[in-house]
Amino acid sequence: MYDIPHHTQETAVTDVKIKAKDVQVYYGDNHAIKDVSVEIDNNTVTAFIGPSGCGKSTFLRCLNRMNDTIDICRVEGDILIDGDDIYDKRVDPVQLRAKVGMVFQKPNPFPKSIYDNIAYGPRIHGMARNKAELDDIVERALRRGAIWDEVKDRLQAPGTGLSGGQQQRLCIARAVATEPEVLLMDEPCSALDPIATAQVEELIDELRQNYAVVIVTHSMQQAARVSQKTAFFHLGNLVEYDDTSKIFTNPEDSRTESYITGRIG
Amino acid sequence: MTDASMNSVPVKGSLTTLDARTKKRNAAEKRFKAYGLVAIMIGLFFLVVLAVSILRSGIPAFTQAEVRVEFTLTQAQFDEAESQMLKTKAYENLFIAALQSQLEERSLDVTFDPAAIERLLGKTGSTIREYFRDSPDQIGSTVTFNLAASSRVDGYFKGRVSRDTVVDSRFLKVTDLDLVDALVDAGIVVTAFNWNFLTGSDSGVDNPGGAGIGVSVIGSFFMMLVVLALSLPIGVAASIYLEEFAPQNWFTDLIEVNISNLAAVPSIVFGILGLAVFIQFMHLPQSAPLVGGLVLTLMTLPTIIISTRASLKSVPPSIREAALGVGASKMQTVFHHVLPLAAPGILTGTIIGLAQALGETAPLLLIGMVGFIARAYPEGVVSGFIDPNSAMPAQIYTWASRADPGFYEKAWGGIIILLMFLLTMNIIAIILRRRFERRW
Amino acid sequence: MPLLWLFLLVLAIAAGAFVLARTRVLTLSGQDRRSLHSLPIYYGSNAAMKSAVPALLMLVLWLLAQPFYVNKTVSDMIPDSAIVESSSRNLVLAEVRRAADGLDLAVSTGGMTEDEARNMQADISDVTTRLSDAGAILTSEITRPVLRAAQQFRVLNSTGYNIMSVMVLLIAAAGALWGIRETKPDFRARNVVEQGIRALLIAAASIAILTTLGIVLSLVFNTIEFFRLYPASEFFFGTNWAPSFSGRGGASDLGILPLLWGTFYISIVALIVAVPIGLFAAIYLSEYAGPKVRAFAKPMLEVLAGIPTIVYGLFALLTVGPLLVRVFGDDGLGWMQAGTAVMTAGLVMGIMLIPFVSSLSDDIINAVPQSMRDGSYGLGATQSETIRQVVLPAALPGIVGAILLAASRAIGETMIVVLGAGAAARLSLNPFDAMTTVTAKIVSQLTGDSDFASPEALVAFALGMTLFVITLGLNVFALYIVRKYREQYE
Repeated sequence: MYDIPHHTQETAVTDVKIKAKDVQVYYGDNHAIKDVSVEIDNNTVTAFIGPSGCGKSTFLRCLNRMNDTIDICRVEGDILIDGDDIYDKRVDPVQLRAKVGMVFQKPNPFPKSIYDNIAYGPRIHGMARNKAELDDIVERALRRGAIWDEVKDRLQAPGTGLSGGQQQRLCIARAVATEPEVLLMDEPCSALDPIATAQVEELIDELRQNYAVVIVTHSMQQAARVSQKTAFFHLGNLVEYDDTSKIFTNPEDSRTESYITGRIG
Repeated sequence: MTDASMNSVPVKGSLTTLDARTKKRNAAEKRFKAYGLVAIMIGLFFLVVLAVSILRSGIPAFTQAEVRVEFTLTQAQFDEAESQMLKTKAYENLFIAALQSQLEERSLDVTFDPAAIERLLGKTGSTIREYFRDSPDQIGSTVTFNLAASSRVDGYFKGRVSRDTVVDSRFLKVTDLDLVDALVDAGIVVTAFNWNFLTGSDSGVDNPGGAGIGVSVIGSFFMMLVVLALSLPIGVAASIYLEEFAPQNWFTDLIEVNISNLAAVPSIVFGILGLAVFIQFMHLPQSAPLVGGLVLTLMTLPTIIISTRASLKSVPPSIREAALGVGASKMQTVFHHVLPLAAPGILTGTIIGLAQALGETAPLLLIGMVGFIARAYPEGVVSGFIDPNSAMPAQIYTWASRADPGFYEKAWGGIIILLMFLLTMNIIAIILRRRFERRW
Repeated sequence: MPLLWLFLLVLAIAAGAFVLARTRVLTLSGQDRRSLHSLPIYYGSNAAMKSAVPALLMLVLWLLAQPFYVNKTVSDMIPDSAIVESSSRNLVLAEVRRAADGLDLAVSTGGMTEDEARNMQADISDVTTRLSDAGAILTSEITRPVLRAAQQFRVLNSTGYNIMSVMVLLIAAAGALWGIRETKPDFRARNVVEQGIRALLIAAASIAILTTLGIVLSLVFNTIEFFRLYPASEFFFGTNWAPSFSGRGGASDLGILPLLWGTFYISIVALIVAVPIGLFAAIYLSEYAGPKVRAFAKPMLEVLAGIPTIVYGLFALLTVGPLLVRVFGDDGLGWMQAGTAVMTAGLVMGIMLIPFVSSLSDDIINAVPQSMRDGSYGLGATQSETIRQVVLPAALPGIVGAILLAASRAIGETMIVVLGAGAAARLSLNPFDAMTTVTAKIVSQLTGDSDFASPEALVAFALGMTLFVITLGLNVFALYIVRKYREQYE
């Protein structure tokens, strides 16, 4: 079904893709992220968990500088992707975001056809020389988004006409189409029903063959199901970061334990 | 990966170096942003051009060249002049003699003929005669006459008429300008504030110098009284009904549709309505501020209803619940609690609606407020409403469509006055909003 | 002003009823307010309401109905023979009214006794001069049927007013009595008064419907009247506009096409100016501008919208026109004959519409959800790519609606074209030619001294009807689009 080679789950290469050091984020006077340092591995699903307002989404949005669009937001510290500081003056956020794709909480297909939704990224980045190539890119992205079979007969239909789960997979396919190296997902399943959630989770697992995937989630079960590494955020601090299995079975910090067991959150 | 991914361009260099495509895209970004900025600049530029041309062309309307002549009339001269056949001619001769002597006092020797004086100052004789007949006790004492110079001479001072362009006509001869220059040297001609423009009435088509906007300001004032007296209560009542009482049914929908459509009907159509209903059908007097006010009321109602509803809507439902909770009836809740809280917003909206009505011209053209020469102030309150009058914008239009370019200056001047009224009203509205705005 | 007195008298009766009812209920309750169903003021209000409202309603209805009845009666009095060729019954009726006004004037200035005015039948030749001496405006010699009709007109009117005064006062008194009589401590006065107020509120809200009705009726009736005198096909398809000024002659060509062409041409020029500037200004203000720039530029642009159109008209006539002539006129490129032209009016109207387009587009662009922008930025799109390829297409229906509203505004605009576009009706492609519009011709046909019954004046109503239908259609369509658009994102 998929034209990507299957690696076995355990042999994931664990080189560091993103390295964050002493990151501080301020919203005006509000210190939203405090001293967060974290290393995110390639070909791994990393989950950020924590109670609402703990800063996990904010931190995620720092990784592709989406916070730039908010005037009052200020980021300090170093975030390196493949050794390049992404907050360096010479870095163009546009180029960065092509490399670090993002999927949002609510499915947000553009009010265009399914084809144009996918082709949008490749077009603006000039990835195709001709129509045939673009068709090819679109098909590949839709296949990777595990939605090709459902939409291949109606590529010109509007993307907004799909069901919620399909829309979210379309958005994932759209993000994949620009050939990113990292995929950021901000609660990608929170607006979906359980069946659609299962489909998207399955997709996330497949995506890590090619990308470093970072997922913010509200649901501890989801983090446990899809991620290999988990980071627990609380009140803007990164409390604990380790293998998912360790976090969920043997957390070191008492706050993590309280959250896992449902006492705070 | 498949072969397909090989022919795309995924070669991603370091993030710190911009590739050619990104540079191009950033340039496009800058251009696009510049278009936006340019658009704003163009808009503001037009505003500045408009303001400058209004001020430059309008300010001269507020000044007027005057000839200041000291004049003493003895009882003997008075009796003699009154006994003559051509009485005003006699006064004119006396006046010219006085002017001559004043010029000689300042050791200026200019010869001029009486006709030149008439071209410069109009009929001086009758002015003087009327003055002394009205106040005989001034006979024998020295009186200073400030006589407005004719519009051509006024234009000569304001640069509208120059020696190069002037041709001899019955209004002005080139040689008259020599006399004018001499009078300026003698300090007899001065430029003074033109009070007549503010307080005076409209003049005939051949006397732009004497035209004033005062009477039409009163016309506008009476019109605004009608608009205020009708549109505020009706608008508030309609809004209260729609916002607080109206059930969801076809009738309410019909009203809503009508209001939103009326808000977009061209103003000239309201003029047709006024002409057909108020004048043709009801036989109300033409050109009357009452009719103008009625038409403008119908025109402003949608605006007032829309803004009133917005301010009623902004009163939180908890206030209504609190009042209903202590046993007030729905009507009492609305009139005792909701309405007072919404009052500042309603007032602001009403003032803005009034300002809009004040500047509206097209409907007034059709109900006959143009073409009527507003020569006299109304005699009383009732006559202020029903006697023919003009209104500020209609008066400006009248001046703009007259042939003599002297009136253009008056039209611009009238616009300054109109805009000052509008500005004042808007500032009051803004102050009210700032002062009483409540955030729930 | 007897009407004013009648009105004040009714109010006085109502005030009396208020006081009496209030006193009565207090007396009946033995000064014990707690035993009353409602506050005393409601009992008073109830009586006042019952006295004033029906009486004033009667007054208004009578005033509206009486002219109908009088006109009908007087019209029947005029034999067909009295209607001259090339005239119409309406023209004769207008003459009758003028004669009646003249008689009134003559009586009030003492040129005639009341008795003479009523009964004078003889020396008909003398009447015209005596009326003119009194200052009446008459267009022709008064004929015997006209004089008789005018006298009847006066009699009917004055009897009518007398009956009306009596009726109104009777109703007011009866209402007051009714209100006072039902005033008892257990009477539910508050509920009744509130019902009354509610009815008043409904009446106020219905004025919007009445206004529309008034517009439609006044346009329709006069338009039908016009088509009776002038063939509709020639009006709608005629390519020549040349009203004769003598009036009543059949020599007028009243084709609407040149006017429609002028209207659309000027509107298009205006939109070409306003749409790009307004749209880019809106984009800049909503997507790029910082709070400070926005706080300054937005109100400044909106000042343009608050300026009365007469100012723009003068600006076109006296500033922009001469400026354009200097560049495009005989001394320059030689395309332009005079300052008044399609270009002049279109340009100035465009300036007027800039804030209209920009503030509507601003609202609409702001309604595009942020998630849409995030989706685009997340893919590495620049801001301008996001705006052009995501925000604008998403906002397109709303923007189209805004442009349609602006177009409707341009089509209905009067003062700028009256002063800036010229008076010549012509079908030309040169934007530097003077042309004229539907609105400008409505003004010129109705502000002259021509009689309302002549086709040259009535054509204005047909023009108004056309204008009303076009703008209404545009508005309804535009509002529909904008509403659909908003629903999509709510």
